[in-house]
Formats: sequence, C-alpha cells, structure tokens
Amino acid sequence: MSEHVLDAKGLNCPLPILKAKKALKAVPAGEILTILSTDPGSVADFGAFCNQTGNELVSSSSEGDVYTFEIRHTA
Amino acid sequence: MSKIEKAAAAAGLGKEELDKWFDERFAAKMEELNKSKTPSMSIIATKGTLDWAYPPFILASTAAALGWEVSIFFTFYGLLLLKKDLSDLKVTPVGNPAMPMKMPMGPDWFKEINWNIPNIVSGNIPGFENVATGLMKETFKGKGVATIEDLRELSLEAEVKMHACQMTVEVFGFDPKKEFIDEVDSYCGAASFLPMAKDSDVTLFI
Repeated sequence: MSEHVLDAKGLNCPLPILKAKKALKAVPAGEILTILSTDPGSVADFGAFCNQTGNELVSSSSEGDVYTFEIRHTA
Repeated sequence: MSKIEKAAAAAGLGKEELDKWFDERFAAKMEELNKSKTPSMSIIATKGTLDWAYPPFILASTAAALGWEVSIFFTFYGLLLLKKDLSDLKVTPVGNPAMPMKMPMGPDWFKEINWNIPNIVSGNIPGFENVATGLMKETFKGKGVATIEDLRELSLEAEVKMHACQMTVEVFGFDPKKEFIDEVDSYCGAASFLPMAKDSDVTLFI
C-alpha cells in the first residue's frame, strides 16, 4: 500500500470519485493514491474516471465488501 | 487543378493516393483536436424538490472531477437550489407514486416495508411532507449519500458555473442578494443559455 491513502468506505456515489479527485491534488506526480471503497459502483466509476482524466489505474481489487484502487497521479 | 494536386501529380502520385493521404491525415488531426478539447456540459435545472435537487449537483460535481467545464442554468423551481439556506427543500409522496415510503431505522424486515399510504390520506395529514423529507434525508445519510449542501459546495469548489434565470427570479419574487448564494455567476435569460449549450458536448434538461 502506498503512503497516500483515501478511506472512502461507507460513502456512496459520487463521493468516492469527488474525494479521490481532491486527494489526488495532494499526491506528487508519479506517486500512487490508494483508495478504499465499499460502493460497488466505484469499480466501473474509477475505471471511467482514470480514462477521462488520464491518470493511471494501476490496480483494482476487492476483498470482502471492500474495493481497493491504486491510481498513479499522472495528469 | 490546385497547386498541391499539381505537385502530387509531378511527384508521380495519383488523385486516389492523394485523397487517401488526405483522409488519413484528416482523421488523425480530428482525433488530435478532440483529445485536446476540454469536454463541457450545460444543465438546465428546473426542479426544486429534495429528490430532484440531486441529479444536477451529482452530475455537475462529477463532471468537474473528470476535468469537464460545467454550467448549470437554474430556472423555475430549480431556483430554490440557489438559496443560501437549502434546509427547506422538501419531498412528498403525494402525486409521486414511484416514491417508496420506507423507514430508515429499525430491524431489516421493518425497513423493507413500503408504507403504501393512499394520496387521499397522506395529502390531508398536516406535516406529512416534513415526515417524508426527514425520512429521505435519514435514508440517504444512512447509505453514505452526500447532502445537497455538500454537493453544491463541491461543485462550486470545482468551479461549476451557476446561472440564474432572471425572468423566473422576478416572477417568483426572489430577492437574489438576500436569498441566493453570492457565487451565482450571472442572472440571464434563454439567449445567454443557448449559446452555452450549443458549444457543450453534453446538454441535459433536469
């Protein structure tokens, strides 16, 4: 896990995306933001978010009810 | 024959080859232009109930997070969404048969009951609107959904432009300086919104 972590567990659409966008601003270019979410819609949404913004979705995984996304701040 | 066609012919290129080159080059240039263009969205928000306050602010804040330029034109009842104090936004199942009436508290079996109260009853109970509004706010909170206040704040932070329809401000007798947030970009009319919408990639009427 990277040193930049956003815990968006319990939050629903569109809050995980909005919080991630904000959190990414504080992540230096090239570094990774790890996001934890419980919103099942966030799986598709973080893919679309990265696609649109040009940031790199390094990984997307789930364990139990928690989804973990790693996004490299590239844009 | 144009200069370029002449030069191509002199270089031994036929018209077909020249056309093929142009089509490929044109497609590549268009793709390059589309990629460099910032997407944009214009929304008309016409509804002022708690439930319908969500779509414009969810879409606006999310589009802004995607890096899009967003404008919202508030008109008719949508103007209520520009009020400094959003606490009086209400929702009612009266005349809204699609709205479930479920309790946000208690055991699961209790929460699943849809209290199908006939409109003729609910429409005549004083304060029913307040109860329905309170239940919706509580349900949304329980599901981790943002409040309208939060979504509007996030939209403003992300530089979503908010415009108010001058005509309906006057018709409904609003006092914008006193009642509306200072962040309203402009008070304008249809002639201002349409050019905005014309240049937008996405236009929505809510």
